[in-house]
Amino acid sequence: MKSFKETIAYPYGLWMLIFIAVPLLVVIWFSFLSNPDFKAGIYTFTLENYKEFMDPVYLELLYRSFLYAVIATLICFFIAYPLGNLIVSLPGNRQNLMIVLMIIPMWVNFLLRTYAWMVLLSGSGLISQFLGLLGFRDVSLLYTQSAVILGMVYNFFPYMLLPIYTALKKIDPDLLRAATDLGANHFQMFVKIKLPLSLPGIVSGSMMVFMPAVSTFVISNLLGGGKYMLIGNLIEQQFLTLNNWNFGSALSMVLMTIIFLVLGVARLITGKELDTGGQIL
Amino acid sequence: MKKFVLILSLLCLPFLASGCGSDNRAELTVYNWGDYMDPEIIAQFEDDYNCRVNYETFTSNEDMYVKVKNSSDTYDVLVPSDYMIERLIREEMLRPITKDNIPNLTNIDATAQDLAFDPGNQYSVPYFYGVLGIVYNTAQVTDPVDSWDILWNDKYASKILMYDSIRDSMGASLKRLGFSMNETNEANINAARDALITQKPLVMAYVTDNVKSLMASGDAAMAVVYSGDAAIIMSETDNLDFAIPKEGSNAFYDNFVIPKNAKNPELAEQFINFMLTPEVAAKNIEYVGYSSPNTPALALLDSSWSNNAGFNISPEDLARSEIFMDLPSDIMEIYNRAWTEISVSK
Amino acid sequence: MKKILKKLAFALILLFLYAPILVLIVYSFNDSKIMGPWAGFTLKWYVMLFQDRYILQALYYTLIIAVIATTVSTLVGTISAVGIYQMRSKLKRPYLLLNNIPVLVPDIVMGITLMSLFIFAGMKMGLTTIIIAHITFCIPYVILAVLPRFNRLPENIFEAALDLGATPRQAFWKVLFPEILPGVTSGALIAFTLSIDDFVISFFTAGNGVSNLSITIYSMAKAGINPKINALSTIMFGCIMILLILINIRSEKGIKNIQ
Repeated sequence: MKSFKETIAYPYGLWMLIFIAVPLLVVIWFSFLSNPDFKAGIYTFTLENYKEFMDPVYLELLYRSFLYAVIATLICFFIAYPLGNLIVSLPGNRQNLMIVLMIIPMWVNFLLRTYAWMVLLSGSGLISQFLGLLGFRDVSLLYTQSAVILGMVYNFFPYMLLPIYTALKKIDPDLLRAATDLGANHFQMFVKIKLPLSLPGIVSGSMMVFMPAVSTFVISNLLGGGKYMLIGNLIEQQFLTLNNWNFGSALSMVLMTIIFLVLGVARLITGKELDTGGQIL
Repeated sequence: MKKFVLILSLLCLPFLASGCGSDNRAELTVYNWGDYMDPEIIAQFEDDYNCRVNYETFTSNEDMYVKVKNSSDTYDVLVPSDYMIERLIREEMLRPITKDNIPNLTNIDATAQDLAFDPGNQYSVPYFYGVLGIVYNTAQVTDPVDSWDILWNDKYASKILMYDSIRDSMGASLKRLGFSMNETNEANINAARDALITQKPLVMAYVTDNVKSLMASGDAAMAVVYSGDAAIIMSETDNLDFAIPKEGSNAFYDNFVIPKNAKNPELAEQFINFMLTPEVAAKNIEYVGYSSPNTPALALLDSSWSNNAGFNISPEDLARSEIFMDLPSDIMEIYNRAWTEISVSK
Repeated sequence: MKKILKKLAFALILLFLYAPILVLIVYSFNDSKIMGPWAGFTLKWYVMLFQDRYILQALYYTLIIAVIATTVSTLVGTISAVGIYQMRSKLKRPYLLLNNIPVLVPDIVMGITLMSLFIFAGMKMGLTTIIIAHITFCIPYVILAVLPRFNRLPENIFEAALDLGATPRQAFWKVLFPEILPGVTSGALIAFTLSIDDFVISFFTAGNGVSNLSITIYSMAKAGINPKINALSTIMFGCIMILLILINIRSEKGIKNIQ
């Protein structure tokens, strides 16, 4: 393929520099400033913003975001992994149908679906009525921590399913048959064959759920009723309501660092790059 | 593959067609609170004055301020509240109003004019006003509702809705403790914060407008709302009443202002004048539900409005209420920090 | 027994995934402004939807932005992927790292960084800024979808085609392109989906009258979703279902033809 030079990729490279690298640098720069007045050319470098972050109030907030995201990821995994297995056991064209059915909801605006959950979970909503039938009177799941985590699970579940499904699908059925022939039971098959081979998919899926979950602000806003502020909410508040762009930038940097750290750990586990499962489509 | 693209584009056509057509008319950009102006009136103005109105909405004064201050977007008309107008005037971001261009100003009651945040109404024209209060379900709430204290009553745990705004929620807490809503003493502000933290387990949610459906369905027993929202909720749902606590509350005035960098200030003034015409104002009141200082417009209204507690605010309640003042940024930092601590607490 | 459990599992999952959509559809026919108790059947929201200038405008912008962003990002992404495949690894690594940033970085940070850039550069926020933002977060997904296809190509397939007498052009379009086409299609689909559904990044980079559906919905979500939006989503959902059925029929026909 010598006829195509790498130079055709340069234009996009330039685009990336302007619209990805520079903005990031701008925000990093903002995070080290304190009350800049650009028109007057005044700015001082400071670690003030990062120091401010080290307050227990904010650390608590970060911890909570992390916790919710981890819980949501785990729940997604425990639903997606068995489901992925089930789907793989279906005949070929049925598999595609099932996967497509799971993806279609993503095509309906996610805000609307989250809002619909508000209706479902509210005190007079279907879920509360259903729980009432089971004997749990007067329970509203809306505006609770569970609601926020449910929102995360609902919105990001397909991101866990796709990579896991792709990974499971790649496992050579002959391998499994050979294992059964050699006397392995289901548990051994799972632990010794399926799990290790699908691990990259599991890790990818987990990352694809964890990242948006830890940084969301819409879900905590709508389903949490403003009671469970997460780091995403704090960042949004700094930029849009409090006009404190410096602190907001510092917070954004902290969030990004955490995500890159977690990604690094994921990379160590699998030794590979992220596979977002896009090949399915 | 080709068929796929063809079908997709055919399905898109009706939607794309709706946006087509070039526009050579004059443009007016209005930035207002959500659900605060009847779209039919806007359309009428466009027809009468042969122009196009770009209408954007915001959910809080602070959001509006950040947008107007930081982005290079220009607006011709803004509708901020009192303290925000004070800030905008101080920061020299507003254009003085030429009163001769707004003859309908005479329709506005004197009590809404010449207030502290804009002496002589040099920069602003009154639109709506209201008072912060408590709307409550008379079937569910058996105690008298006359004090902010009721929001701290654990009998109504998880059925209390607070307002998702720093100054309003802190204001309620401050008033309950006997302080001013424009409190600057750090110890007092923190006391109000602590009270809100204590209250948090009883709070169902911090909302802005989702209040309507929650009160209508009976899911919530009481909510901190502005009188206009209460008026609308009560006109649509039974078993609701509205009260302004005896400790006093917050009175607000939302006025029209014209930013200094407005592209079309003449049209803006025509717009404001149009909005003050009695028939137009009356129609708008019926849509928005907030109290209006437009005397001839009030006379045109249906009699049911005068019975609506959210609409008809007594002069005594108004007298007991404070208007927010714009607080200096170091004081606001204390408030912001307190709000974050409340949001983070369990 | 196992089969029944299997079916139950699928049914539960599908119920979970589609419950909110069903809610939206049902309430689009409810004769009440709020999504509360059922107040009677009506089609008035569908009628009012087509009279609501702001919603239709938001829809128009959403589609325009999505179409432009998808087209540009698919073209640029595919072409760049060809170039990346040729790249020496010294350049490839930082290039791909940069490319991965929009995928890895939370969209709130992407939104904020772009907003900061636009404001810093004194750009007027509007349709252009949103489109730039959308293109920026779409291209990486296209590249991520297309690039692996290159890695899977049989060795020297291009040279083989040339040896057999094809011109470089023919070799590209008749040999290479069909191999990467599935990747290009998934990339385009992902880009389109991301763009249509995007809220956070659009929220921070929109301006002066340009509002996409998500932003309009968000400003409504706090006030109470107007059933016109329910009507709109029902229609859009309906279109998607029709499309998928058509595609399914077509692919089944294709299979039948082979058989």
